[in-house]
Amino acid sequence: MTAPVALRATGLGKRYGARWALRDCTLEVPAGTVTALVGPNGAGKTTLLQMAVGLSRPSAGSLEVLGRSPRDEAATLLPHVGFVAQDFPLPRGFTIAETLKLGRRLNTTWDDALASERLEALGLSPGEVVGHLSGGQRAQVALTLALAKRPELLLLDEPVASLDPLARHEFLATLMEAVTETGMTVILSSHIVADLERVCDHLVILSHARTVLAGSIDDLVAEHRLLTGPRTDAETVARVHQVVRERHTERQTTLLVRADGHVYDAAWELHEVGLEDVVLAYLAVGDPRAVAADPQREAVAR
Amino acid sequence: MIEFHVEARSGVPTYLQIVQQVRQAVRLGLLQPGDQLPTVKEVVGHLAINPNTVLRAYRELDVEGLVEGRRGVGTFVTEGVTVLPPDEVAALRTSLQQWVRRGRAAGLEDEHLSALFAETVRPSTISRVA
Repeated sequence: MTAPVALRATGLGKRYGARWALRDCTLEVPAGTVTALVGPNGAGKTTLLQMAVGLSRPSAGSLEVLGRSPRDEAATLLPHVGFVAQDFPLPRGFTIAETLKLGRRLNTTWDDALASERLEALGLSPGEVVGHLSGGQRAQVALTLALAKRPELLLLDEPVASLDPLARHEFLATLMEAVTETGMTVILSSHIVADLERVCDHLVILSHARTVLAGSIDDLVAEHRLLTGPRTDAETVARVHQVVRERHTERQTTLLVRADGHVYDAAWELHEVGLEDVVLAYLAVGDPRAVAADPQREAVAR
Repeated sequence: MIEFHVEARSGVPTYLQIVQQVRQAVRLGLLQPGDQLPTVKEVVGHLAINPNTVLRAYRELDVEGLVEGRRGVGTFVTEGVTVLPPDEVAALRTSLQQWVRRGRAAGLEDEHLSALFAETVRPSTISRVA
């Protein structure tokens, strides 16, 4: 079962009472990618991931995961989807052996040899109690449980936020090894851009409950440019290129643009940008306070 | 076998850092014709990077003719790629070390030495001298 699109949201929304946790979210995650889901706290990342595994029902729009509806076709979909929830909620009183038994009983597909071998490689013995493990070890156990399902799509909600740098590196290395072996699709929410740059090849930025940018990381970074020049308004540039963010001092104007082809204007000095510059600029885009102050940004927040 | 390293802050794309490290290792004789490069899984497990990044680097080196992928076996330094014999590299290194010592004795800072070296190896300079 291989679909060219692993996850497709169309006008997807989730409302809790009067507040929209996710609104008008339209995005596609191509199969076989390692996709970063980026956004500030409260942007709707967790909401989206929870809907993708059927833990909550959309209030608006539609959501397809591996070509199926997570709520209506849960029985046929969920065996193919792994989910590592935030803070790795494992039963703390269970031993590792009991945790594996739980995994074996709860899943229709389960690779027991893979799970045991991986935990042994991590130096964890079956008798150890989950609640006594370090944060990094618990993260590895949670990842092992998800990988032993042999999922086609693996969703991870802020998996490395609480880990120290070494544990984070080991966790991501394990994840990337699994991707190399299986070619599975991964969607990973995080806001540690340096990590994302290493492990992800695709990016979705959610800001204030909406999608503000999506695409291949290499393409997105290549398309964006920083222009600096004498103080001016952005209008002439905006006629050709999409101005994502503008900043002005008394004498100077700095624009981050998504270039439509080459930028030739000799009035501007051109600089290449990194992923972090792009992410920061778009996170500001979705901010309703910024939109109100700057009509230019409105155009970007589709 | 060599081990790669990645500098996140260098501004050089990760795949290109791997390409440069392989080229460098071949030039310095650390990698000889027929030597195997680390497998994609090994690199990924060591550096925690996306496997496509490693594949892209190996593909680029393959196109250059520096390495060749053998399906299901691995990636190897191409037979017949000209590398300097290791003892020659060692001899060159020794004379370069002597040069560095002389420069320092003359009061040059490392930065000056690097600039002097870079200027000397630049192709235009060599052709002018020749």
